[in-house]
Amino acid sequence: MDRIVVSFILNGDVVEVSCEPDKMLVDLLRDDLSLTGTKIGCREGECGACTVIMNGQAVNSCLIPAAKAVGKEIETIEGVAHGRELHPIQKAFIEKGAIQCGFCTPGMIMSAKALLDRNLTPSSDEVREAVGGNVCRCTGYVKIEEAINDAASVMCEAAVRGGGK
Amino acid sequence: MWQEYLFPKDIGEAVAILGDGKGSARIIAGGTDLILDMEAGRHGVKTLVELSRIEELNEITEEGGMIKIGANVTCAQVCASELIKQKAPALSQGARKLGSRQIRNIATIAGNVVRAQPAADTAIPLVALGASVEVAGPNGNRTLNILDAYGDTFAKSNIDSTCEVLSFLHVPVQGPWEGSAYIRLDKRKALSLPILNVACKISLAGETITGASIAMGPVGPGPRRATEAENRLVGGLISPETVLEASKLVVKRCDPRDSLVRGSKKYRMSVISTLAEMAITQAVNSAQA
Repeated sequence: MDRIVVSFILNGDVVEVSCEPDKMLVDLLRDDLSLTGTKIGCREGECGACTVIMNGQAVNSCLIPAAKAVGKEIETIEGVAHGRELHPIQKAFIEKGAIQCGFCTPGMIMSAKALLDRNLTPSSDEVREAVGGNVCRCTGYVKIEEAINDAASVMCEAAVRGGGK
Repeated sequence: MWQEYLFPKDIGEAVAILGDGKGSARIIAGGTDLILDMEAGRHGVKTLVELSRIEELNEITEEGGMIKIGANVTCAQVCASELIKQKAPALSQGARKLGSRQIRNIATIAGNVVRAQPAADTAIPLVALGASVEVAGPNGNRTLNILDAYGDTFAKSNIDSTCEVLSFLHVPVQGPWEGSAYIRLDKRKALSLPILNVACKISLAGETITGASIAMGPVGPGPRRATEAENRLVGGLISPETVLEASKLVVKRCDPRDSLVRGSKKYRMSVISTLAEMAITQAVNSAQA
């Protein structure tokens, strides 16, 4: 089987990888690029553990052929922090105790980030809709929702202080 | 699974690639169902053909009393469209219920129709709204009423993705005295299959119902129209009694299976009328708004 070359922007950097033509994005990230923060739960789009952001939209990377990612901007959990400085959503998840085993957390954070990147004042319904496709089997969802709301407040205040809208 | 993943530049090239594949090439839209089917060993695809670089298929536009939706338009785009919210509200409501945010960001309306599931969240509203689909194939273009895009057996489409391309959907714009609504019964709000769903479109002249269209699923191999209930409504005056009487008639077109996932036949036959009553009432309210 002829391999293909897949090129896209990953966490801000251009990457080029040679892979099998039927490779899925989640496997490319984990196996070829060693970015194992993106988790595999169900492999059928039902659990959200593999959520990454593609061109600003949260997607299930287990359902995205690597070939479909060509030319796109992909963001994974590894690209969320600034060096050692955690992202406000990551901090809020820790502070609110929105993590137990941690397996769903990268996907939850990517879904939350896709929401907060375009809306810093989400309603309760919008928060729930954003993470409705992410399943957590440990904590329940109350602390996760609180963490996202807290992160939204922090990010909104920072935007205002920074002279944003 | 597949060996080639191609991005044709126009619809003609897409049809030509499919033709060259002689059954082994297939259109992939969002792929949220197709990928799972292929992983389960179905289809035997060698070449996947994605339409995302055909820009004319990316848009939702209004032309001559119709909303034109390109094959690449995702559920998330439909949810965000003010045009669809205002002029085809049942479709907007249906798109919001499909899958999860991640699925809606990638799954297309066209794919939801071609997949031909009997209770697809966007297809049931499209049937009630009287949509049609434009299909490009080796022998040129054809336009079908959406119900004619469904075959006689379960999840069977009359659009063959190994040689044809669903290019556009056309949805009649809702007029000033028209309204539509979508109701879904489910176990949870995200990532759950509908136990039952009903969409309704109503046209009014004052207090008289001049047009009614009701679509339901999954109560047969594909979406079903509730013809007797529609006939009961047309010509009648708006009243809770009229709506209730019509709602009771929808079961005449329902023949659901016992399903471990969706519920028993007996249960679903018992609740479908209540859902129809809700859908008709909301469509009437929408028409009066």
